[in-house]
Amino acid sequence: MSETEREIQKKEAETLETGERTRACRIYSPYVDIIERQQDIVVIADMPGVDENSVDITLEKNVLTIYGRVDADTPINHRLSLSEYGMGDYQRAFTLSDEVDRDKIQATVKNGVLKLVMPKAELAETRKIPIKAEGVGGLMNLNLSHS
Amino acid sequence: MLWSATDSFGRVFDTLRELEGIRRSLRRFDVPSTVEFPAMNVWVSDDNAVVTTEIPGIDPSALEISVIKDSLTLRGSRQTEELKEGESYHRRERWHGQFTKTLELPFDVESRKGEARFSKGVLYISLPRAEAEKPRKISVKSE
Repeated sequence: MSETEREIQKKEAETLETGERTRACRIYSPYVDIIERQQDIVVIADMPGVDENSVDITLEKNVLTIYGRVDADTPINHRLSLSEYGMGDYQRAFTLSDEVDRDKIQATVKNGVLKLVMPKAELAETRKIPIKAEGVGGLMNLNLSHS
Repeated sequence: MLWSATDSFGRVFDTLRELEGIRRSLRRFDVPSTVEFPAMNVWVSDDNAVVTTEIPGIDPSALEISVIKDSLTLRGSRQTEELKEGESYHRRERWHGQFTKTLELPFDVESRKGEARFSKGVLYISLPRAEAEKPRKISVKSE
């Protein structure tokens, strides 16, 4: 039971404020599932009220930040008689490892769910440093073939 | 691990979370929280009620909304991604499973005139107030 309670209530984001915010609203930390697959890593975040035009994904150094802007869609001329959840923007940051191919990250939003697909970099290829032979033997062979 | 969520409190936060867990498990001895999934907000005016709820990722055609007098029942489910061979969860925080939630509205509504709209993961159910329940204006006659 404690498990379901934890997941129902929206959690406010623990963000380090780096400046004054211009939007007067709360920021929530979206709940996410992170799945590791053979070829990629998938991040699925619940961001109700967000569509493809109101989500920002930034990658700075190795920190991936997702930010979703929610424009409150409240009924006009109504007053709130029961409030079980709050409304506000979403923000959450993740630290990426080198295993992610940063240029190929794909993001989609459907029904208020953000899905990020991050292909893994091909480690064998990117980390292999070709070694050129610069030995005396090579030069000797070269000389021999000319003579 | 490939991943770690960056929260500003780091390990201290983990400890706090553990304490929170203990506090939660003790809470079963007192009144349980009344909020069930999904959380709902109810907006009212003199002749209308609007119920909003955040259920991202749900197929709206599989939702069942029923209204009787002043009670609204919402049924649905949300499944998680099926994992294939060699796939694993690093984090699993999103709500999943089946839900049924009944809500008491502040007045009786005309269920036949109700409308529902699902946009960006948010469900809006608009229910007009029953005619008999509408506040009536009483005019004052002067003698």
